[in-house]
Amino acid sequence: MSEDRKNEIRSHTLLTTTRRHLLALGASAGALAWAGPKAGWIASAKAATPPSKPTGQAVIGLSQEPTVFLPLLAHIEVDEGVYFNLFSPLWRVDEKGSFQPDLVAEVPTLKNGGISADGLQWHLKLNDKAKWHDGTPFSADDVKFNIELIQNPKFLAGRRSGIDLIQDIKVLGPSELTFTLKKPYAPLPSILSWTFLVPKHLLEKASDINKPEAFLAQPVGTGAFKWVERVPGDHITLSANDAYHGTGPYLEKLIFKYVPDLTVLYTQFQTGDVDYIGIQGITPDHYEEAKSLADRHVTPVPQPFIENIAFNLGNPIFQDPAVREALYLAMDKQSIIEQIYYGLPSPTESFLPKQSWAFNPDLPKQAFDQEKAKKLLDDAGWKPGADGVREKDGKRLEFLNSTTAGNHVREQAQQLLQQTWGDIGAKMSIKNLPPAVMWGDYWNLSQFDTTMVGIDFMVGPDPDATQYFASTGIVAKGGAGNNTTQYANPDVDKLLAEGAATVDVEKRRAAYMKMQELTRKDLPFLPIFQYAMVQGVKGKLEGFTPNVNVQENCWNASTWFWAN
Amino acid sequence: MANFLLGRLLQSLVLLFIVSIIGFAVLHLAPGGPLSQFALVPGLSKEDLARIAHEMGLDRPLPVQYWEWLTRLLGGDWGHSYRDNQPVLAVIGGRLSATLELMGAAILISVVVGVWIGVMGAIRSYSIFDMLATVGAMVALSIPTFWFGLIVIYAFSVHLGWLPPGNRTTVGSESTFLDYLHHLIAPAMVLALVEVAIWSRYMRASMLDVINQDYIRTARAKGLPERTVLWHHALRNALLPMIALAGVEIPTLLGGALVTETVFTWPGMGRLLLDSLGYRDYPVVMGILMFSALLALLGNLFADIFAAVADPRIRLT
Repeated sequence: MSEDRKNEIRSHTLLTTTRRHLLALGASAGALAWAGPKAGWIASAKAATPPSKPTGQAVIGLSQEPTVFLPLLAHIEVDEGVYFNLFSPLWRVDEKGSFQPDLVAEVPTLKNGGISADGLQWHLKLNDKAKWHDGTPFSADDVKFNIELIQNPKFLAGRRSGIDLIQDIKVLGPSELTFTLKKPYAPLPSILSWTFLVPKHLLEKASDINKPEAFLAQPVGTGAFKWVERVPGDHITLSANDAYHGTGPYLEKLIFKYVPDLTVLYTQFQTGDVDYIGIQGITPDHYEEAKSLADRHVTPVPQPFIENIAFNLGNPIFQDPAVREALYLAMDKQSIIEQIYYGLPSPTESFLPKQSWAFNPDLPKQAFDQEKAKKLLDDAGWKPGADGVREKDGKRLEFLNSTTAGNHVREQAQQLLQQTWGDIGAKMSIKNLPPAVMWGDYWNLSQFDTTMVGIDFMVGPDPDATQYFASTGIVAKGGAGNNTTQYANPDVDKLLAEGAATVDVEKRRAAYMKMQELTRKDLPFLPIFQYAMVQGVKGKLEGFTPNVNVQENCWNASTWFWAN
Repeated sequence: MANFLLGRLLQSLVLLFIVSIIGFAVLHLAPGGPLSQFALVPGLSKEDLARIAHEMGLDRPLPVQYWEWLTRLLGGDWGHSYRDNQPVLAVIGGRLSATLELMGAAILISVVVGVWIGVMGAIRSYSIFDMLATVGAMVALSIPTFWFGLIVIYAFSVHLGWLPPGNRTTVGSESTFLDYLHHLIAPAMVLALVEVAIWSRYMRASMLDVINQDYIRTARAKGLPERTVLWHHALRNALLPMIALAGVEIPTLLGGALVTETVFTWPGMGRLLLDSLGYRDYPVVMGILMFSALLALLGNLFADIFAAVADPRIRLT
C-alpha cells in the first residue's frame, strides 16, 4: 500500500509558484519567508527560543504506519521519519543540500583530506561524544559492523548500491577508521547520509539477523529520542535522549500516530489531537479551509517528486519522437495544475527538483498548442483514420494510461489528457490498477503503455539518476535498475557515468545540466510538475524546516519546541 | 454427544484444510506481491528487490511455498509478518483486545436495543412504531458506514467538541477507564446502528412467528397476564433462533469492522486485515483467515450446542 500512499502524497501535495500564491502564503504563514526559488520556504528568525530542558510532546500524524525498525532493511519513507529521530547517520543533509556532521566529527571531503584526490581512499573521524541509548559508546567498530552487515549476502539489506564498493575497512582507533572504494562513486556521501547505523553489540549476537526480535521490540540507536513503545496499528512513542550528541532535543516526547484515512487525519489536526501532519500532508481540497483555521500554520512545502507521464519506449508508436513531442504539446499543463491540483504545484521541464544544485532552469518551456501538435503528427505521416484516430504504417495512435486505482485526483488529470489528446487524434484509454499490481511486474517489466506517476529521481540529495535513465537499467531487457521507460541514449549513458565518477561538483553539474537538456529533448517521460505537500503545524510548535533532500519532514524534530 | 463432537471435529479439519488451500491460492495468484511497495523507493533497485524476493523464498513454486507454510503451521509456527517481522500470533493477539472492546460494546448495544425494538414491533405490528422501526432499519442498513462515521466525527468532535475524533485513547497521555469509555462511544454507536437493524428485523420476524402459535393462545386462555405471556412464554421461544444468529456473530466479534475501524482510527483486527492485504503480508493474511475460519466453525458449534441445551426438542447426533 506504500504506493497508494505515495500516490496520495503525489496527488495531494502542492507547490507554490505564482506570485499571487506566494503573497497569500506569506500572509498565512508568518513564521516562514520565501528565500528565492533555490532555497524555497525557510523559517525566518524565530521570536521564541527553545526551552532549557525537554518539555512537552508533539503528535505527528501519518497516514501510513512505520513498521520496519532495523533501518538497514528495505523500508519506505514513513519509516525514515522514525529513523531520523531514533538513529543517526554518519552525516545528514540539510535543507540547502550540504552535509552536516552527525556521527562523524567532520564530514570527509577532498579539501580536508578525508577523501583522497582519486576519490578512492576515505578517512573518517567519528564524534567521540556519541553514545547508544543503552549507554554503550558509539565506536568505529560499529561503523565497520554496519558496512559489513549491508554487504552480507544473508542479510536482506534494502539499498546496497555504493556501499558494496567499500573494502579494506581498517579501524584505527575507537573513533577513527579508513576504507577504500573499488571505484570512485560520487553519490556515496548522499547514500551514507540516509544510512542509519545500528549497534554492533546488540545485533552481532542475534540468531537470525533478519529478525532480531529483541532489537525490533526495543530498538536502540544514537538519535535525539529513545524508544518507549509501539502499539501496532496505532502509534509509536519516543522520549527525549538526555545524552544526545547533537543539538536538542527540546521535546520530552515525540509520538508518531498512524491515522490511515487522510480526511480523518485532517479532522484530527482540526480538533488538535494531531499537532503536525507529516509526510502526506493535508489534502488539496482541504487547503483553503485549513488556511483559515485558528492557531494553525498551513504551508505548502516542496518535495522532490516529479509528476510525469512515463512512456514505454518498447511500444513501437512511442519510438517515433514526433509522437512524444506532439503529446507533450497537447498536454494542458496549466489546467491540470490550476483546476485539478488547486493551482499550486509548479510546472517543470526537468526530472530534478528546483532546489537541487544540478537543476537546469533554462530548459525550453512547454506551451499548450494542439494545432502545432496536429501539424507535427501530419508531417510525421500520422494520418487521421475513419474514426479520427491517427494511423501510420498500419499502427493506430491508440494506447493505455495507467496509475494506482482509486486516486481520484489523478483520474481527473487522466480524463483531461484523454480529452486534449483525443482532440489531436491520439486515443488514450484509462486502465488503472490496484497498487500491488500497478507497481509490480506491470511497471517493473515495462508492460504498460504509459503511466502517470510521481518519481523522486534523485539518490537522496544527489542528482545521480542512473537507475532511471541508464540503458543498463532496463529490467525488461535483463538490466538492473529502474529504467522502466526503456530509454537508451548513448550520450545520456556517457554523461551519467561522468557524473558519478568524479567528485568535482562543477564537472558533475555540467554533466547533469547537459543531461536534463537531453531528456527534455528526447522526452522519455513528459514532465508535468514538481510536488509539494501542504504541511500543517499547530500554532506554537516551532523549529521545523522543509527539506527537499530528505524523503520525509520529521528530519529535524530534535530541534522542534513549543514556544511559550 | 461425544460422537457428535468427534464428527464435527473431523468435518472442521477438512473444512479448514480446504479454506487454507483456497485462501493461499487466491492470495498468491493475485497480481503484485509484498515487495511492490518498494517499487518507487529511491535507491532500491530491481536487482535488490529480486535478491530480497529470493531470500524470502517468494520466487519458489506455489505448492512448495504452501507445503512449507502448512508444515510450519502444523508445528505451531504461524510465521512472521513481512511488515514488522513479529510472529503472526503476536500480531493478531495484539489487536484482539481493541476489537473485542469495540465489537463487544457494539453487539451488546445492538442485542439489547435490537431485541427490544423487534419485540415491540411484533407486538404492535403495523403500528406507527413498527413502521418507523422498519423504515429506520432500512435506512440504517443502507447508510454507508464510512460516510456516517465521518458525519458523527464532524458533528460531535469538530463542531460540538463532545467526543474525541476517533482513536482508542487520548494520544500521548495516561489512559484511564473513563478515557477508554469516552473514545468508545462514537465508534460503538456507529457500528451498533447496522447491528441494531439486523437484530430488530430477525427478532420481529421470530416474535411474530411465536405469538401466533397455539401455546400462546392457550397461555392467554388460561388467564395469564399479558406481560407474562409475552416476556416469559413468547420471548423465550422467539429467542431460540437468535442463538444461531449469535453463533454467526462470534467471528464478527473478533473479526473486527473494516470500515468503522478505519474511520475511527481503531487499531483492531479489521484494520489489520486491511493493512495486511494492502501490503500483501501473506503470513498475517493467512493467519487472520485461518483464525476467522476457526472462529466461524467454533461459533456454529457453540450455537448448535446451546440450541440443544435451550431447546430439549433438538438432539445432537
